[in-house]
Amino acid sequence: MAENAASSVAQPPKAVFEVPAEGLDRLMPMYLWLSPEGVVRGVGPTLRKVLREEPRGRPLRELFQLRRPRDLNWQGDVLQLAGARLHLQLVSPPFTGFRGLATVLAGRQGLLINMSFGIGVAESVRVHDLTDADFAPTDLTVEMLYLGEAKSAVMQELHALNRRLQLAKATAEEQALTDTLTGLSNRRAMDQAIDRLIGQETDFGLAHLDLDFFKQVNDSLGHAAGDHVLKRVARVLLDETRNGDFVSRVGGDEFVLIFPGLTNLEALGSIAKRIIARLNQPIDYRGQPCRISASIGMTASTLYPNPRADRMLSDADQALYRSKSQGRGRATPHYGPEQRMDGPERRKPPSAQAYSKKT
Amino acid sequence: MHGLVNRSIQSFLRDTYGEELWLRIAHDARLGFENFEAMLGYDDALTEAVLASAAKLLERPHEALLEDLGTYLVSHPNLEPIRRLLRFGGVSFVDFLHSLDDLAERGHLAVPDLELPQFELYPITGTQFLLRCTAPSAGYAHVMVGVLRAMADDYGALALLDYAGIDHGAETITIELLEPSFAAGRPFRLASGAV
Repeated sequence: MAENAASSVAQPPKAVFEVPAEGLDRLMPMYLWLSPEGVVRGVGPTLRKVLREEPRGRPLRELFQLRRPRDLNWQGDVLQLAGARLHLQLVSPPFTGFRGLATVLAGRQGLLINMSFGIGVAESVRVHDLTDADFAPTDLTVEMLYLGEAKSAVMQELHALNRRLQLAKATAEEQALTDTLTGLSNRRAMDQAIDRLIGQETDFGLAHLDLDFFKQVNDSLGHAAGDHVLKRVARVLLDETRNGDFVSRVGGDEFVLIFPGLTNLEALGSIAKRIIARLNQPIDYRGQPCRISASIGMTASTLYPNPRADRMLSDADQALYRSKSQGRGRATPHYGPEQRMDGPERRKPPSAQAYSKKT
Repeated sequence: MHGLVNRSIQSFLRDTYGEELWLRIAHDARLGFENFEAMLGYDDALTEAVLASAAKLLERPHEALLEDLGTYLVSHPNLEPIRRLLRFGGVSFVDFLHSLDDLAERGHLAVPDLELPQFELYPITGTQFLLRCTAPSAGYAHVMVGVLRAMADDYGALALLDYAGIDHGAETITIELLEPSFAAGRPFRLASGAV
């Protein structure tokens, strides 16, 4: 008995609608009505506009290509299309794509397909010059176009903001005087410090330090280990120098130290030796010992009648390379202008370029 | 206040009265910067300070300034995207008026943190309407009078618009449509880039 009651509830009277063509035009302006043989019998006003030529009387396959489902052979029987998610495309330019859903009409009246533009809607609206009135009021296509434009406008603002921020960042970096990794002064700050000392006619000593075996640490233990070593080196350099001295990182593993008022090369040499001795001690990185050393070249402003930053840096660099070529892990002073011309290991005449190229 | 609102005010003042005057306003309002960013948020007090110092320097009533701002938003070529977005509201000026009920939601759709006032349109007769504007801060209705004037022009409609004061907590605007298609109006195509 219960079964009977349930089945009587589950079988409401079957609804068969008769819809006037004008009503259908408004409800789904992109419908297509096909005969059971697949010939177009009727078309909604928007789809009609898109098709450009009169489709009525022509078989569906002359107008559209079925993109999906790919496994459906519909050439013989269009009624097979019913129920599937259809992707159709115009067979002639502009090859507009459509989504569609078909249903079989009662009384052998054929097939009704409702179509929409799917994701390419903005382009279709442009190509076919459609207006608000071409879409059913229930259709959110116009909202989608609105959203597309609103999004573009917002993105444009964001791009502009990003460009301004990037520029501000570049400017800030350009004006920055600190090396972000070690917290030491950077090359810019070092240049300014030397210029300031020369301008004030304050004598000073200068040491150019280059780490030995740093590349090996980087290569074998990775950049994080390398960064760790650089931070440790920075601390050693600050420890081993006086408060008023100036320590800067001017390149990957290169440092310049400036000692205002200290021009005695022997005194500079003993500071350099202390620094090297401390850097020779392995630096622990997550249980791994990182072994580095340092080569140093030194000079002092008193060696020059008219000290110039580029000249001094270049001379310190030359002296540094003598340290390297004599076996690393040592400090070599620059011995004044006359020596550089006739020393046995004379190199190309120094220039500011030679210095900057290296870093 | 959202940066978009502040930026609009800045663009209006700068494009209408010149860069120099804008910089004076920014200085008098003690902004501490020269440009609002459209995609950042700002303290409401800054917006009020800018409007106050602009009204003072230009010797124009606050309300008139806000109305000019509304007209500027729709009619200045630099802000064509705003006009287009508003025109999505409908094919006629009356359609557009009805779409104002959705304006706040549409704004949200585009910029989720943008708080626009809530508008409600009440038809009085076939050609007369009352627009209620509920907003966290007063003044939006004056801007809207300017926007509506410019939009009526845009649609080619002839309409009388008046600020009608505050009623039950909402600012109100009366609208009388004299001629729905008085002039040709400016063209609008759904697809962007195709005029």
